[in-house]
Amino acid sequence: MHRFANPGRFMRMASAVLPWSTAATILLIATGLVWGLFFSPPDYQQGESVRIIYVHVPSAWMALFIYSCMAAASASALIWRHPLGDLVARAASPIGACFTFIALVTGSLWGKPMWGTWWVWDARLTSMLILFFLYLGHMALLNAFDDANRGNRAAAILAIVGFINVPIIKFSVDWWNTLHQPESVFRLGGPTIDPSILWPLLIMGLGFSFFFVTLLLLRVRSEFLAARLRLAAAGR
Amino acid sequence: MLPAMDRIAIFFAMGGYAAFVWPAFAVAAVVMAALVIATLHTLRRREREIAEIFKARPPRPGPR
Repeated sequence: MHRFANPGRFMRMASAVLPWSTAATILLIATGLVWGLFFSPPDYQQGESVRIIYVHVPSAWMALFIYSCMAAASASALIWRHPLGDLVARAASPIGACFTFIALVTGSLWGKPMWGTWWVWDARLTSMLILFFLYLGHMALLNAFDDANRGNRAAAILAIVGFINVPIIKFSVDWWNTLHQPESVFRLGGPTIDPSILWPLLIMGLGFSFFFVTLLLLRVRSEFLAARLRLAAAGR
Repeated sequence: MLPAMDRIAIFFAMGGYAAFVWPAFAVAAVVMAALVIATLHTLRRREREIAEIFKARPPRPGPR
């Protein structure tokens, strides 16, 4: 891992990976969309509305995955002073906020026809809304100080403390009686979704993951330049 | 086999759920596209600013 601690080396690695991750993103999302919209069958209970799953579920996965990455990067910055940790956390949180927003809105659009309501204060929905505010708080703290290092530190502490929300979201459907349906993919005993829906869903999930990787590499490069600009402005 | 126009209409009707399915896909597409555009826009601006600084003041040679 420490081989990549050198930002210059990281930037060269990022340039080599970017064209491949961009191609993988486009190919996987295109395949997932065509499969999900044209070839996967409607659900026997939910009808065609089930197709919302192909954007809602991968977005929710990314919202949790990106927060976990951000917390790990923040920990490496706080504990080992890893120079990339702060850059990665800064680059990741707007992406995570966007995916959380998509998961909330598409969930609402799915809830209206299926549950008869846009929103309920059940455990899964409420903890996802808290995740959205954690992302917004993280972004606000990063830029709340004149000294960028203090902003990084404060935001890193928020990211690590807020990580407690991730297992709460994951297990909320088991711990509380929620209107939200229980876990049906990553569960003991295997998925309960039919393969005809599960396959395009997993492909979309993989496509969204590559989208995150591609955007993260671009944003880390951007944050690296921003840090150099701050140093230049300080006359060093 | 239905005429092509009818099949297209049936597809876009989404079994009566068109008002929920299409906005869901549209929100995801718009938010993700906006994120890509904002990221590239900021990256290009910072690259320009760095280039201007180094044009005025070449970087000091140092250990890499």
